[in-house]
Amino acid sequence: MLPDGGADDEERWLAEGIAGVQQNAFYMHRALDSNNLKDALKYSAQMLSELRTSRLSPHKYYDLYMRAFDEMRKLEMFFREETRRGSCSVVDLYELVQHAGNVLPRLYLLCTVGSVYIKSKEAPAKDVLKDLVEMCRGIQHPLRGLFLRSYLSQISRDKLPDIGSEYEGDADSINVAVEFVLQNFIEMNKLWVRMQHQGPVREKEKRGKERNELRDLVGKNLHVLSQIEGVDLDMYKETVLPRILEQVVNCKDELAQFYLMDCIIQVFPDEYHLQTLETLLSAFPQLQPNVDIKTVLSQLMDRLSSYAAASPEVLPEFLQVEAFAKFSNAIGKVIEAQVDMPVVGAVTLYVSLLTFTLRVHPDRLDYVDQVLGACVKKLSGNAKLEDSRATKQIVALLSAPLEKYSNIVTALELSNYPRVMDYLDNSTTKVMALVIIQSIMKNTTCISTSDKIEALFDLIKGLIKDMDGAQNDELDDEDFKEEQNSVARLIHMLHNDDHEEMLKILCTVQKHILQGGPKRLPFTVPSLVFSALKLVRRLQGQDGDVIGEEVPATPKKIFQILHQTIEALSCVPSPELALRLYLQCAEAANDCDLEPVAYEFFTQAFILYEEEIADSKAQITAIHLIIGTLQRMNIFGVENRDTLTHKTTGYSAKLLKKPDQCRAVYACSHLFWTDDQDGIMDGERVLLCLKRALRIANAAQQMANVTRGSSGSVALFIEILNKYLYFFEKGIPEITNTVIQDLIELIRTEKQSENTVADPSTEAFFASTLRYIEFQKQKGGSIGEKYEQIKTT
Amino acid sequence: MNYIIGAFKAPCDVFITFADERSRKQVAIKKDNGKTLMVPAFQSLETIAGEVSVAPVPGKRVEHQGVKIELLGQIELYHERGHFYDFTSLVRELEVAGEIYERKTYPFEFSTVEMPYESYNGTNVRLRYILKVTIGRPYATSVVECRDFCVRNYTPLPSINNSIKMEVGIEDCLHIEFEYSKSKYHLKDVIVGKIYFLLVRIKIKNMELEIRRRESTGSGPGTYIETETLAKFELMDGAPVRGESIPVRLFLTPYELTPTYRNINNKFNVKYYLNLVLVDEEDRRYFKQQEITMYRLQETPQSS
Repeated sequence: MLPDGGADDEERWLAEGIAGVQQNAFYMHRALDSNNLKDALKYSAQMLSELRTSRLSPHKYYDLYMRAFDEMRKLEMFFREETRRGSCSVVDLYELVQHAGNVLPRLYLLCTVGSVYIKSKEAPAKDVLKDLVEMCRGIQHPLRGLFLRSYLSQISRDKLPDIGSEYEGDADSINVAVEFVLQNFIEMNKLWVRMQHQGPVREKEKRGKERNELRDLVGKNLHVLSQIEGVDLDMYKETVLPRILEQVVNCKDELAQFYLMDCIIQVFPDEYHLQTLETLLSAFPQLQPNVDIKTVLSQLMDRLSSYAAASPEVLPEFLQVEAFAKFSNAIGKVIEAQVDMPVVGAVTLYVSLLTFTLRVHPDRLDYVDQVLGACVKKLSGNAKLEDSRATKQIVALLSAPLEKYSNIVTALELSNYPRVMDYLDNSTTKVMALVIIQSIMKNTTCISTSDKIEALFDLIKGLIKDMDGAQNDELDDEDFKEEQNSVARLIHMLHNDDHEEMLKILCTVQKHILQGGPKRLPFTVPSLVFSALKLVRRLQGQDGDVIGEEVPATPKKIFQILHQTIEALSCVPSPELALRLYLQCAEAANDCDLEPVAYEFFTQAFILYEEEIADSKAQITAIHLIIGTLQRMNIFGVENRDTLTHKTTGYSAKLLKKPDQCRAVYACSHLFWTDDQDGIMDGERVLLCLKRALRIANAAQQMANVTRGSSGSVALFIEILNKYLYFFEKGIPEITNTVIQDLIELIRTEKQSENTVADPSTEAFFASTLRYIEFQKQKGGSIGEKYEQIKTT
Repeated sequence: MNYIIGAFKAPCDVFITFADERSRKQVAIKKDNGKTLMVPAFQSLETIAGEVSVAPVPGKRVEHQGVKIELLGQIELYHERGHFYDFTSLVRELEVAGEIYERKTYPFEFSTVEMPYESYNGTNVRLRYILKVTIGRPYATSVVECRDFCVRNYTPLPSINNSIKMEVGIEDCLHIEFEYSKSKYHLKDVIVGKIYFLLVRIKIKNMELEIRRRESTGSGPGTYIETETLAKFELMDGAPVRGESIPVRLFLTPYELTPTYRNINNKFNVKYYLNLVLVDEEDRRYFKQQEITMYRLQETPQSS
């Protein structure tokens, strides 16, 4: 045995081989130049003997082969001339080369002369071809056989008795041509497969690699077949395809099966595939269990769908041959046959099928559902998917219909859609849900029935509520916000012009989002609330119709829902948000003339304020909000209003910090003076508020004096002055120019007191306030007159 | 030395020419010294005619006791050196005793000579035909001149020519079936056949078909058998798998074959065999030998 020589030895062997080829080629050329046929044959045979080596890897062997090949071209030319000159008939030559004692050189020479023989047309091409392909059986060594047959295929390619070819013979000759290529293909494939099983086991992997390098030699035959004019659909259907498939299936070699199936799909026209779909697909379940069928099958579906897309006129054919049913069937069988196929493989197949049906039969939603159903069936054995690649594929499976229909509504009609989603793990479910939402956003799809919304929320439930056993801790805060914001945006997309239906929608949404738990509600509830308020305003717009008791969609009802919803939020707890929403609702209720409702909302807001809002800053914000809202309310009766305003002022005076108290109290002054026609105009209480504010400001000043040794800024006084001016302009009788004059003086005194720290911003504030007064004076008119008596200097 | 040789040199030159020498087909035969010589070819029952011309050395006369020409068919076994068996011997007297002064020509003719055996030049045996002219001289050795010619006999196409078909093998190891389309081949024939591999459990490296010639001479204990491989023809390269069939097509033209000779004058036999040899990777040879009958077929005029 030769030692395992490695690359160096191989290089050397190759070099030796090349040297041998070159040397003999040199003598061969000499013989050719001197027209010495006998020597030419002798040296060419010797040259070809170099190809008998068993020591080269396919790659190196190819190198050697190519060198010999080039020389053979010259020899072929010589043969052609020789026969044309008549010095040796081609028939004699055909015999003469067969005298060579070694089979490999003999067959190379025979093929070469065979090519000349066909060209000479002294015998029908088909006979020569038949003979050649049969004789080549003499080489059973895989590598050498492959190259020899590849040589045969090469030299015969332009000489097949094809239809329209100059070598076309009788009617039978096309069959012979096809038979020739088929046979060569079958034999080459056998050799190729055999390579895997020869030699030591430990080099199995290496052999697999080497074989891969050789695959195109085999595949080329299929390419040649596809180029034969005479292979029409009938012949392809009756002869070519069945024969190829028989070989592919019977060779039982995964590498070959994968490559050849792929080859078949690539080289033959789509039209043929479509018409022979059944035959082609029937081969797939028979392939070896490890063959990567999904890739091949996906290729096929891709091709056919592109075909359908490129030429819409063939679509009826797709229907006629029931392409979808056949694919679906075949995939089922393949999955059944390949027990070990990982889930990802199966899902990939379904993705391809889905893509196919979406492209070919976009109108057949039932097909899509069928695919998803099949997928569910396949997955049904498993629990949630662990395999990340499989998950990815499922996401692809689910995204495809969304992209295609760009309308989630279509997807919602797919009964199996959510069932497929069930198999995703939690985080992927969320991703998928986001994809769905994004699709809706992108296409601004409006989802308008509660049934669909029910289905939709079922799909995105990963975002809506905590999944069983889900651990939120690893979730990034930012991501979570992003997700929930998406949901919030989604809620705004749910719309129906019909009020009743819209109400149903709201109920559905409410039902779902209330399951969201404390973390989600702050994001989702506002959306729902505002969506609901929008409906309220629409109802308000057509007041007349709403009166009937039968109509379920009344603002009252909606407010009930809102109440519940916000209540949930306040329990979360997210009191500040809840408070804001209550106030919003109250305002809406105000607009709907629903006093008790508005009152109730206010009550709720106050309760929240009292019980839940402890933070002083939050209190300040809240109180200002309450004041602002309450100021705009105009439906309250005197009693209710009094209660509320009273409460509000009470709260204001109880704020922690004096300046805050002061500001809240002077803000409360607005509660007693509205510009509305029938609004409250209680100047006395306004003044009361302002005075109280002044008191508080004073107290604040003194407190500052005591604690820090310097009085605080006079800003509060100036602010109060501004309020005075406001109400002064409004014409409240209780506020007179003297009161204002006093206040200005007071501020001046405060400013000049020794303890006051000069603050440029207060300075400026005061100055501009005085400037305003001057300005109003100069403007003249009734306001100017009013101001006339106020002295600013 | 020239004059000494001259003293023993024959006093005359003798030439034997065939009547149709120009037109007759010539074939090459191997002489004792290894050189080839072109000689005319005849077949049995042909008439062999021609001329013998005797040209005395100028200025000399040749006294003789008569001139005769013999046609001899001889078998020469190399193991019995120098011993010839004449199986055919015909004589024609050309001249009665007398003297020859100048160049003289004698026509001769052997009509419809029976020459049942073909000329053959083997390893241990030679069969040849000669024309021998003898000029007997008193008090001196006779002047003898020989001329070889070749005999080739043609056989008609055999009426029965069965194929050779056989299944052979080593149990659980190798099983093949081979088939040659004929059992009788003419010299320019083609051996066509097929080898089927029914079972292959050994690693075969290649397969060859050999043409072997078995020449046996003598008889009884003095029998010499010589086997010679005339052709080695590789049929297959590499290891086949079960179910493969390998075509056989061997042109016999390039090989120097003769017809099968059976029991030629009880002196020798020449037989031909096809030997199918399978060589495995350890260079072990598995073979099966089959006799084939070779014959000479009259070449059709168009191909000559």
